[in-house]
Amino acid sequence: MSDSKAAPTVVFEVLRFHPEKDKAPYLQQYSVPVTRGMTVLEGLTWIKEHIDSTLVWRSSCRMGICGSCGMFINGVPRLACNNQISHLHSDRISVKPLPNFEIIRDLVPDLESLFDRHRSVKPYLIRKDSHEQHHPVGEYFQSHQELINYIQFAYCIKCGLCLAACPTAATSDKFIGPQSLTQAWRYTIDSRDEGAGERAEQLYSSHGVYRCHFAGTCSQVCPKGVDPALAIQLAKKEAFVRAFGIRKQRRAARVAPPVENWVRNRDIPAPPTPTIEKSRA
Amino acid sequence: MRESRLWFWHILSAIVIVFLLGAHMGTMHMNTILNSLGLGSADPVDSVEVFRRSASPVFLVAYIVLLGSALFHGLYGLRSMLFELSLSKSVEKTIGGLCAFAGFALFGYGTYVAIVVYRMHGVQP
Repeated sequence: MSDSKAAPTVVFEVLRFHPEKDKAPYLQQYSVPVTRGMTVLEGLTWIKEHIDSTLVWRSSCRMGICGSCGMFINGVPRLACNNQISHLHSDRISVKPLPNFEIIRDLVPDLESLFDRHRSVKPYLIRKDSHEQHHPVGEYFQSHQELINYIQFAYCIKCGLCLAACPTAATSDKFIGPQSLTQAWRYTIDSRDEGAGERAEQLYSSHGVYRCHFAGTCSQVCPKGVDPALAIQLAKKEAFVRAFGIRKQRRAARVAPPVENWVRNRDIPAPPTPTIEKSRA
Repeated sequence: MRESRLWFWHILSAIVIVFLLGAHMGTMHMNTILNSLGLGSADPVDSVEVFRRSASPVFLVAYIVLLGSALFHGLYGLRSMLFELSLSKSVEKTIGGLCAFAGFALFGYGTYVAIVVYRMHGVQP
């Protein structure tokens, strides 16, 4: 950051690429005045409002929840919204789109490959009773401990930072990737799930957990502390346990029976009548 | 779960290699230490000594196990590296087949040599 106390500025070095106009991506520099607590995302917004309205990126919530603003900032995949410029300790901020993805334009990566991988591991609860799955009649029993087993892995916001940081994904398009493997593991260990066998085809395929080099960069860059590397190692351990029948397969959680003779708490107001029914009436 | 089994053998072979290479290092390169314990031989690379060891059933088993472990570990590792190059399924199958063929062929040849030398009963040709 500049030493000038009056107007501290940093230079944003942004990778630009317009597929219809440019033959190849190029770097463009912008000088941005920095205010206290200013994030990289706010810096980009300042550039768009004051210097270059053609600069394109993707963002939404501005508080590290939606996972839209993943970028390659000073050589590390990060969310632009929860990284303050002052915390980068540099007067030059390099901002590029996430590696391991195609560029749609400027800082917008094409996350389709991430979602394809995610879809391939069936990231939802699977029940053997298909009627029960499609016409649920109640909630499933789940203890606090059973929730703790997977909750860390359920914090994933699908930002793609782990896939951008993964050295295996950099060379292999077929590698399922840390995000999707973690989600496969998250549902496999959910006590309500019975789809472990279906997911195992992907999880333990020749492009699944065994292609992980355990570099651990996915866990380092994850903004939500999901720790995909841990999930992958636990999945490997589970494969060993299953192959040797060391532990019996658990039974999936039962559906809780409907509560009978219930009385509404008078302090809690009744829900409003559904508007769709009102309009029909 | 075929890949799980292959990966398990890959890890197991690594452990076996560590122990058997440790034994190799001890026998071949740390003989002065073993001599001081009364376990080593004067010159482990002397041909008489090599043939004497090869005539031992313990060394025969160790040679064959080390050969199998090293071949499996190396070829599975090679296959894993090549699989990371985003190849088509047919190319992957061919690579898998070639690795298996090379593994079995080299294992067969190496085992044959170890058995032939074992049957010489320590006598040089």
